[in-house]
This record gives sequence, structure tokens and C-alpha cells, in this order.
Amino acid sequence: MNNIIAITRRELTNYFATPVAYVFIVIFLVLTGIFTFYLGGLYERGQADLQPFFLYHPWLYLFLIPALSMRLWSEERKTGTIELLMTLPVTTTEAVLGKFIAAWIFTTLALVLTFPVWITVNYLGNPDNAVIFAGYLGSLFMAGAFLALGAAISALTRNQVIAFVITAVLCFGFILSGFPLVLDFFSGWLPHGVVSAISYLSFLTHFEAVTKGVIDVRDAIFFLSFIACWLTANVILVEMKKAD
Amino acid sequence: MDTMIEVRNLSKRFGSFTAVNDVSFAVRGGEVLGFLGPNGAGKSTTMKMITGFLTPTSGSVKVKGHDVGDEPIAAKQALGYLAEGAPAYPDMTPVSFLGFIAQVRGFKGAELTRRVNTAIDKANLRSVAHKKIDTLSKGFKRRVGIAQAILHDPPVLIMDEPTDGLDPNQKHEMRMLIAEMAKDKAIIVSTHILEEVHAVCTRAMIIAQGRLLFDGTPVQLEQRSKYHNAIRVAVRPSSVDDAVQKLRGLPHVKEVEVLGHDKGQVRLMIFPAASVAILDEVSQLLRAQAWPVDELSVEAGRLDEVFRSITVAGAEALT
Repeated sequence: MNNIIAITRRELTNYFATPVAYVFIVIFLVLTGIFTFYLGGLYERGQADLQPFFLYHPWLYLFLIPALSMRLWSEERKTGTIELLMTLPVTTTEAVLGKFIAAWIFTTLALVLTFPVWITVNYLGNPDNAVIFAGYLGSLFMAGAFLALGAAISALTRNQVIAFVITAVLCFGFILSGFPLVLDFFSGWLPHGVVSAISYLSFLTHFEAVTKGVIDVRDAIFFLSFIACWLTANVILVEMKKAD
Repeated sequence: MDTMIEVRNLSKRFGSFTAVNDVSFAVRGGEVLGFLGPNGAGKSTTMKMITGFLTPTSGSVKVKGHDVGDEPIAAKQALGYLAEGAPAYPDMTPVSFLGFIAQVRGFKGAELTRRVNTAIDKANLRSVAHKKIDTLSKGFKRRVGIAQAILHDPPVLIMDEPTDGLDPNQKHEMRMLIAEMAKDKAIIVSTHILEEVHAVCTRAMIIAQGRLLFDGTPVQLEQRSKYHNAIRVAVRPSSVDDAVQKLRGLPHVKEVEVLGHDKGQVRLMIFPAASVAILDEVSQLLRAQAWPVDELSVEAGRLDEVFRSITVAGAEALT
């Protein structure tokens, strides 16, 4: 536990020791603003809720989360610090968790900083704040799922660009896996059961349910088990690839 | 002193390439073991297996009685490791970096601060303590790596080329630091600078093509040299041939080599048979002949020559 905290703290300080944190947060806030007010038409809809705000989160995460996760392990491998980290008295699981938690806390911070949008709708009308809270929670879970996936991919390569591209493509696949674009690709040659399992993995389906205020335990379990799977893969990949 | 590092039948293969081939040895507290070998000989791979970074293909490593494979955390706690190139997080300062290491090593509060300060003082990092590691010179980066390795005062210290890329003064400081720590620790240092072995090591090992080819003291290594106890003289004899003839006639002289001559002065290298001391008989002869002697010295042995003969001969024997 002590080791996880130490690694999380180091990672978090590192975000702020470089311009990464500021660039990320500013871009995230500017883009959420643009998406919410221009594309989503928050005012024009005349409804006091944050539907247009949450609607674009999956697409925003599609390229912002891989940018955050790409360096988690690639950088350690590239600079050789992985040899330092892995010869300290820390287990691989602790290192994987420490890094993931730091990245997740960081996205939480970025998400919390969108509070002016929440204040705006509360000033303009009487939104159902429970629904909004559920939306934030869902968004956070989805960010965690993307991060876990991205962290595992980052352990695969020393090259951050490759990590970014592969993560973005996989995230895109998971966002749309309930849609014909992805399903048609599989339906020709995979049994029906597998195809419907793939469609169940759709982030959009799970996320939209949550943002509408329908909190289903199954959606939470979906995201949490997705995170757990990719973190396990991450541990295995780090063990396999650390010395390459 | 107790055995601190025990390596048994250690092998590592990468595909069809054997990097380390059945290496066994033990290091006790108070010993400084110098790992010698050409590049790619398997020195770093062996060190990486001792520190638990690489998993051996076969064989085992015990650090302070803890098997690196079965009890990795206990083994790593007893270890300080300076990896090749001294990797450190470039965006941190030495203080924050060492603070992180101390945290992971389980130190807290005042003890943490004390450990970090001691490490900074020992590695002479005070002047750069708050600069980004990224901006430091190679020598300072290396010292950050050393500070990190000795922070928890480990009984076992593994250093992969600690003096590589340092200037002569920094090399000297590094050797002093190693010598100072050597009293109660088991230390393994890899290098391809041979004088270093003499300067800091109590024991030397030569590895080539993954195999252990020599294990002994630096003096024993020198004794393998044909230059061991050889005598270099610069004299002014009546004739060169005469001098060579007379010196060859001595009972324990095996060979005399003419290194050069000008203006009546001859420089000779006199090799003894079976490395015995021949200074006495050579000097008696020189005095008896009354040749003026300009220079006379006894060779300790040339490590580079021994190194070459062991690694090249060893490599040929293996292929």
C-alpha cells in the first residue's frame, strides 16, 4: 500500500513538473466548452440538464486519454528507468496500480474543473443534480476504462506514438462496438453469441444509460471489470516486456 | 564474513543466443568483486539476474539468503543497484527523486529526510540538489544513481560500470567512495577499465561469451602476465649483442627483448622464467659489468595483456 501511494505521488507530481498537466487540462476544458455550448447547443435546447455536456465525453476521451496513457510505461522503457523501478522492492502489481491510480486521479481533477458548466445549468434552471452526479460518475468510469487499456498498450512498446495510435484505435472500437460499423466486421465469420458479446462491450451503450440517470449496477460492474482485465494484462505485459 | 551473494549454475538464453552460461560464484561481506569482460560478454545480464530484473533461464541467485526468484522483495530490500547508464527520472530533482526512493524503501518523516541528506552528502550532490536531473552533467547523473543505490545502506551493492564516462577526478572520487563502503558490504562492480580492478577490487572475475574464465585476486591476475616480475632497463653496455647474451645466460632469465637503442643506450625488457623475481641477479650482473644504468624498473604485470589472452584464448577454446 505504501509503495502504491509513493508511486502514485511521484507520477502525479511528475504531471505537474512538466507542461503535460497544464496543456491537458486547458485543452480538455476548452474542448468540453466548445462541444457543450456550440455542438451540443446547451442553451438552445432550453433544458436544464447536462446531456450535451456528457454526450461528447467518449469522443473527447478518444484522443485525450491515449495522450495521457501513452507515456505511462513507454517512457519508463525508453529512458531505462523501468530497470530502476523494477529493482526497487515493489511488485509489478503495485507499480501498475500506482501509475493507473495517478492517471485516474489526474483525469478526475480535469473533470472536476468542468464545474462551471454545472454551476451554469444550476443558475439557469433546476436540473436533477442526481442525474448530473451519475453522469460524472459514468464519465469517470469510462475514463478509467480507457486509461487501463491505454496503460496496458503503453507497456507493449517503447514508442509513445505507437502506443497512442493503437490505444486510440482500440478505444474507437470499444466506443462503437455496439454499432454496425464494428459489428458488421465480425458478424460474417463469428458465431452469433460472440457478436452479441462484442456488442455488449460498447462503451456508448453503457455510458448513455448512466448519463440519462439510469444507474444500473451492471454498468458499473462492466466498467470495473473492464479496468481489472486491462490492469491484469498490464501486469503481464510489463513482466514480459520490461527487459526487451 | 557471511556469504552475501550466492550465484549457482546461472544461465540465460535469449532465443538461440546464450548470454550467460552456467556461472557460479559467491561473494562475502567485505569483498569488492570486479567483473571484467569484453562488451557483450554477459556482465550486465548477470547483474540484471542478481538484481531480479531478468529471470534466469536456469540456476538460482540468493541475496543475503533470500532467493531472488522466490522472495524478490526481501532480496531487493537487501540490494542497492546502479544500472548501466544510471537511469533516473529526468523531470525530478535529486532531492525529490531520492525522496521517492526513500519512500519506496519504507522510510518516513525525519528518518526519510536524514537518509536523503546523507545520500546527497555522500554522493556530493549538494550543489545540484534542486536542479532537474535532466539538466545535470553525466558525472552528476551517475552520482544521483549512486546516491539512490546507497540510500538505504544496503549490505549488497551492485554497480554496472560506475565510472563509465566520468572524468579522472570523478573516477578517483568514485573509487574512494567504493573503497570506503567496502568495509562491511559485498560489492560487485563491472568495468572494462583494468586499472580500476587494481584500484578498488579485492577480487577479479573475467567473463567472456557468458562463461566464467578467471576468478582470483587482482595480484593473481597480474601473475598470469608474462610481464609479471619482468625488468625494464635502460643501460649503456659496450655492445648490444653482448648485453643480451650475458643477460640470457642468467639462470632465471627466460628471454630478453630489445625495445630500442640510440646513442649507446639500450632499452631492454628481461622476462623471468616462471614469473620468479630476478631483480637480484640482474642487478648483480649489471654491477659486475659496470654498465651505466639509466633506468631500471620491475613490471607488476600487464592486465590488458592478461585480459586479452584470457578472453581471446577462452573464446577460441569455446568455438
